[in-house]
Amino acid sequence: MNTQIRKIIMACTGLFLCFFLLIHFLGNTQLFLAPEEARKSFNMYSSFLTGNIFVKLVSYVLYLSIILHAIYALIISTINRKAGGHYSTDNRGRSSKWYSRNMGILGTIILIFIVLHFQNFWYVYKFGSIGLDPWGHKDLYTVVVTAFQQGWLVIVYVIAMAALAYHLIQGISSGIRTLGLFHPKFVRWINIFGMVYAIAICVGFALMPIYIYFTHN
Amino acid sequence: MKLYLKIWRQKDRVSEGKLVEYTLDNVNTHMSFLEMLDTLNNQLITNNEEPVEFDHDCREGICGQCGVVINGIAHGPLKNTTTCQLHMREFKDNETILIEPFRAAGFPVKKDLKVDRGAFDRIISSGGYVSVNTGQAPEANTIPVGHETAEAAFDSAACIGCGACVATCKNGSAALFTSAKITQLALLPQAKEERDQRALKMIAQMDKEQFGHCSNTEACEVECPQGISVLNIARMNYEYNRASFLKFKK
Ligand code: HEM
Ligand code: FES
Repeated sequence: MNTQIRKIIMACTGLFLCFFLLIHFLGNTQLFLAPEEARKSFNMYSSFLTGNIFVKLVSYVLYLSIILHAIYALIISTINRKAGGHYSTDNRGRSSKWYSRNMGILGTIILIFIVLHFQNFWYVYKFGSIGLDPWGHKDLYTVVVTAFQQGWLVIVYVIAMAALAYHLIQGISSGIRTLGLFHPKFVRWINIFGMVYAIAICVGFALMPIYIYFTHN
Repeated sequence: MKLYLKIWRQKDRVSEGKLVEYTLDNVNTHMSFLEMLDTLNNQLITNNEEPVEFDHDCREGICGQCGVVINGIAHGPLKNTTTCQLHMREFKDNETILIEPFRAAGFPVKKDLKVDRGAFDRIISSGGYVSVNTGQAPEANTIPVGHETAEAAFDSAACIGCGACVATCKNGSAALFTSAKITQLALLPQAKEERDQRALKMIAQMDKEQFGHCSNTEACEVECPQGISVLNIARMNYEYNRASFLKFKK
């Protein structure tokens, strides 16, 4: 195991999570539909996902990715801390972005969020007692709406999405380079793509609890 | 001008060091940073104190020997400039200047402001060369090298190996240095034969020397006296991946 392999594991798991995020985002845009329609189509979509064997496989890759990404984040950060120098006055910050230096802290915020998020919805859906909607599907929509009527939870979700946005602005372009996929001509476009991807998805996700909070209170 | 200096003094590798304060009068603004340190050392020698040790050689920004951290920045406030090319006009009268050695696990302090950069030499000797048969020099034009390629290789070769990238990196990573050396050779046809082995060996040596991972913060490029591009690192990653995953031969 060397620095390259560890970073490749970070990049592959991280970029897979980014890809998953897009699918997750597209599915969840159904929450923006009119309430009754949203309830029907969102619940139908959720039960379709639980039944599908292919989705099940992807979800195992997802769990594995999160775990590996977090473990390697810890390993890499620990080694880096030991390897890096410490100065009595440190002005090195002028030459890089704060979020590129604090991926571990941003990641920790995201990890706490992921645990909370799983507990809010994933656990309730899988193991909790959950009512059925008029169409016979588990009524996840109502669980989501009830959750996001709590202002504090909405704020927590928005903060988490801000952390995720910064993590991804740095992470996407960094991950692509870690894999050695680069070309001097396209570097700028890849950075712009990463930034647009990160901001669009995170703002979109953040708008969901905000939208529900204001339309259901 | 008058300066208040706080300089890292450390007796040897194993001793604990500390910051020591000095006052220096009559500093000329046209002096280079190293000349200012020479002036201080003259003063110290006159007073029967031990002079501050620091590395230097060419004093014209090309050898890569000099390098200290000045006010928390490798090679000081001026971007893309070595310590020897930094002049005292960049500082104010009565300013306090804090001077520390480059710090990283891969760069142990030898004495005062001198660090052991032997790790860089060992990375180079692990694979940063082209094997050629001795004998008569071959005809220079038998292997054509396109102008663009030659220029790109030269851009990477411009690295003077000063170690500011390592000192600037929060992870103490030597990725910029190692990647510049790998890229420089990867681009040239004469060096293609040993391409895969070179990437694998140099990276293995880099890891052995206790340098950290590259986080792509890109701070190294900003503080590099030669402005070596971080794209060298992406290129190194490509070379590594190619050598380890795309090549099935031994
Ligand atoms: C589980 C919580 C997480 C933690 C603790 C975490 C931590 C980290 C750390 C420490 C890095 C390394 C950056 C560096 O080398 O300096 C990183 C990179 C990255 N992360 Fe995360 N992260 C987390 C979640 C996520 C999520 C949810 C995504 C995507 C949706 C993601 C995407 C990425 C990407 C693409 C990289 C770039 C890999 C590279 O630099 O080569 N991370 N993460
Ligand atoms: S002394 Fe040669 S680069 Fe500064």
